[in-house]
Amino acid sequence: MKLSREEVLHIGLLARLGLTEAEVERLGEQLSNILENFEILQQVDTSGILPTAQSIPLQNVTKDDEVTPSLDQSQILANAPRKEGNFFRVRAVLE
Amino acid sequence: MSQLTIHEAHRLLKTKQLSSVELTKTSLERIHQVEPKVHALVTITDELALKQAQKADELIASGDISFLTGIPVVIKDVICTKGIRTTCSSKILENFVPPYDATVMEKLNGCGVVLVGKANMDEFAMGSSTEHSAFFPTHNPWDLSRVPGGSSGGSATAVAAGETIFALGSDTGGSIRQPAGFCSVTGLKPTYGRVSRYGLVAFASSLDQIGPLTQDVMDCAMVLNAIADYDSRDSTSVPSPVPDYTQCLTTDLNGLRIGIPKEYFVEGMQTEVEIAIRAAISKLEELGAKVEWEVSLPHTPYALAAYYIIAPSEASANLARYDGVKYGFSYLDTDSMWEALEKTRQYGFGDEVKRRIMLGTYALSAGYYDAWYVKAQKVRTLIRQEFDHAFDKYDALVTPTSPTVPFKIGEKVDDPLQMYLSDICTLPINIAGIPAISIPAGFDNGLPIGLQIIGKPFNEETILKIAHAYQQATEWHKRRPEI
Repeated sequence: MKLSREEVLHIGLLARLGLTEAEVERLGEQLSNILENFEILQQVDTSGILPTAQSIPLQNVTKDDEVTPSLDQSQILANAPRKEGNFFRVRAVLE
Repeated sequence: MSQLTIHEAHRLLKTKQLSSVELTKTSLERIHQVEPKVHALVTITDELALKQAQKADELIASGDISFLTGIPVVIKDVICTKGIRTTCSSKILENFVPPYDATVMEKLNGCGVVLVGKANMDEFAMGSSTEHSAFFPTHNPWDLSRVPGGSSGGSATAVAAGETIFALGSDTGGSIRQPAGFCSVTGLKPTYGRVSRYGLVAFASSLDQIGPLTQDVMDCAMVLNAIADYDSRDSTSVPSPVPDYTQCLTTDLNGLRIGIPKEYFVEGMQTEVEIAIRAAISKLEELGAKVEWEVSLPHTPYALAAYYIIAPSEASANLARYDGVKYGFSYLDTDSMWEALEKTRQYGFGDEVKRRIMLGTYALSAGYYDAWYVKAQKVRTLIRQEFDHAFDKYDALVTPTSPTVPFKIGEKVDDPLQMYLSDICTLPINIAGIPAISIPAGFDNGLPIGLQIIGKPFNEETILKIAHAYQQATEWHKRRPEI
């Protein structure tokens, strides 16, 4: 299970990690090694077995749509790296 | 004095032989004395602690006292504390101050606890040694050259070193139990859904669970009483009745059936650990339990791979929120949205977090989703079924908490796979969503060995009872490191 350089770059881009050249090389090696060891999963016979996403016997948890107090704008904006008035300041998405 | 248990301190507080302010000062003095050696805490909350202690003393004077009133606590820095920096030991949250309390904090504050500090951890709870903290590694109080385990290494160290009377941690693959084992304290991972995750910074949402780290099982039961509850703000919280967990603590194990899964005595397991664990199991037999030594859970060898596909996959999705826009570290020196996003994450996340995001993104990406992620989830089904079948025959399963005693700082930090292997005995329990406790069960050359007791879902009582009976018959949990 050897990850190619292109695959590492592609995953790094999907995850938006801004990987450096050194990281691309090191992560490529480490992930290849990890995945190679995890190939034993393919030995398990899972025919007819359903996947488990979570372990508790709950389904479709809903709650009543009630108005409850929420945090005010100043509390929410207190941690904002960039703000303007009562808004988060962001960079242009469309040029 | 800070070596008092909750139940001992409670008795002294209630009979006015001790005030919470005195207890808190002792705790803070101990913190300032040993912190330069162990580095268990990211934030020390002296001022707040003394205020809360005064308030607790007023409550006690008015006769309004619960088991936790006036008791010092350390909280793992992954649990949101209103107005107090919550970093996850990550650069990306270094200056994050939550505008709200986690449900467990609301509950503890409602009991009148005294917060003395926030505990160091592996960044975003990803790690088994607390070396992946972005700030500093925590040192094991039993041997400062060794790791305290992780990711709740700061919480376990704070309890073991007498900095606090108890702590909260979180456990996604062993992060409460493995450090509890490495530091010789008592650590419980409750059933998934037993304790609210609201306000717990998410790592792997289907596996994460908050739990206590304490000096003994009685204390553990008291803390669980305070934090276990249904919470509508956590959609995976289960509305199952919460018993009084202190009521099950008897010392008679007659009639209990305990199974020993042979797959947990793995190759590469340290001989001294195996000897100590087998001796502990014999002790349970002496106490009346009926032990079956040759139980088999044949899918155990696949748990590690399944876990390290599922947990990083969930993590890669959960950590997508760190974009430098709403809170946390943000790369400011650019006008490009994509550059800002990439550089925020490049500088904000550490090596292990990046590794897991990469692994998870890979397992979830087009072309690999079925082969890796869905396959791991199917193996998860088999592992859970195997536990369910075992629990048809046995009331509890007993294993080592970790295959080795604490390892040296630096020994595994550059070898991710070796690091992952130190969770081999604990992570199947998270995959299955069931409860397990680690208690002290001996030492090898002064280094702690932990015993893990695994229970049926929503039956914490049975494992607490077994653990308590063991502690009543042994002295391991009373030993404290000299620092």
